[in-house]
Amino acid sequence: MEKTVNQRAWFLILPVLILVAFSAVIPLMTVVNYSVQDTFGNNQFFWAGLEWFAEMLSSERMWDALGRQIMFSAIILAIEIPLGIFVALNMPKSGFWSSFCLVLMSLPLLIPWNVVGTIWQIFGRVDIGLLGFVLDKLNIPYNYTQDIVSAWITIVVMDVWHWTSLVALLAFAGLKSIPDAYYQAAKIDQASRWKVFRFIELPKMMGVLMIAILLRFMDSFMIYTEPFVVTGGGPGNATTLLSIDLVKMALGQFDLGPAAAFSIMYYLVILLISWVFYTVMTNLDKQDG
Amino acid sequence: MEWMAWTWPTAAFFAIIASILITLTVLAIKFPETPRVGILGIETTRGDRLFISLLGSAFINLGWLGVVGANQGLALILCLIYAAIVFKWV
Repeated sequence: MEKTVNQRAWFLILPVLILVAFSAVIPLMTVVNYSVQDTFGNNQFFWAGLEWFAEMLSSERMWDALGRQIMFSAIILAIEIPLGIFVALNMPKSGFWSSFCLVLMSLPLLIPWNVVGTIWQIFGRVDIGLLGFVLDKLNIPYNYTQDIVSAWITIVVMDVWHWTSLVALLAFAGLKSIPDAYYQAAKIDQASRWKVFRFIELPKMMGVLMIAILLRFMDSFMIYTEPFVVTGGGPGNATTLLSIDLVKMALGQFDLGPAAAFSIMYYLVILLISWVFYTVMTNLDKQDG
Repeated sequence: MEWMAWTWPTAAFFAIIASILITLTVLAIKFPETPRVGILGIETTRGDRLFISLLGSAFINLGWLGVVGANQGLALILCLIYAAIVFKWV
C-alpha cells in the first residue's frame, strides 16, 4: 500500500508560531531597530548606525557586568551540579520516603522568584532576620548591604537553595532509569562504590545532567529578580549582574539605543552557549541510541 | 507599526534573512537532503549550517567593530568567506 504524504499536521504548530511571533520575534526585531537609532522619547528616532555597539564594546561597565555574570553562573553551577547529584544519590529510591523527599525537594521550585528574594532579604537582615541575627550574635561579620563578600554569599546561597532541587530531581530521574542488571553486574565484578558511580551512574545520567546544566546556566545567566530584590545590585555595583545593569540602562536611564545594543550582544552569547549545549546533548543521545 | 521604529537597513537585514529561510524551505521540499558529518564532527543540515553561519557572522562583525572599528564592509566580506567555508566543510 502506498503511504500518503500529508504535511497538514504542520498547521497544528500555527498557534505556537503566532504566540512566539508576538512574544519573541516582534520584540526582538524592535530591539534590533532600536539598537541602530537614538531616541529622546516621544517616539522620535534618529539614525545612529553601529555607534551603540561600538560604545558598548568599549564600555568598561558592560565588561565588568559580564565578568560578574560569568563568575556567578560558574559558582552556582560548580555548587549545584555536584550537590544535586549527591542529594539524588542519597535519596530513598522507593516507598513513602522517596515520595516525601520528592515533594520536599520540589517546594523551593514552586516559590515565585520575587518571594524567594524577599525571603532571603529578610532572612539575612541583622536586626530581624534569623540568619543575620544569629551570625551577628556569633560575632561573624555579615552584612549584605555593605559588605561585598556577604552580598555574594547571600545571592549564591539563595540560588543554591532555590535551584539545587531541580538538578537533584533530574539526576534522580536519571538514576531511576538505570536497570538493576547494571548494578548486579557491578556486584559480580566487585566494583567499588566509586567505580559504580563513575562507570554506571554518571554515564547513564549524562543526558539529564546536560539538560540540568543547560537549564541552570541559562537561568542563572539571565537572573534578575532574586538578586535585585536582595541587594539591588549593590553594595556599589558588586552584584550588578548583566540583566540588572541592562534594566538600569534601559528603564532607569532610558538609554534605549545602548541598552538595545547591549541586549543583542547578551542574546548572542546566550544563543551561542545554548547552541553548544544543545549540539553536545543531541550528539550524546545519538551515541546512546 | 510606528512603535517598532523601522529603518531601511534593519528592514533589509530581516528581509534578507527571511528570504534565505524561504529559499531553504523551498530547497528542502524540492531537494530533500540527508544530514552529513563535517569537520566539527557533528551532523548538520543546510539549516544548521545557515544557523552556524549567521551566529558566527554576528560575532565576526562584533569582533571587527571592537578590534578594528572601521571599514565594517570588510567584516561582511569576511563573513561571506566564513559562510562559504561553513557550507562547504562543516
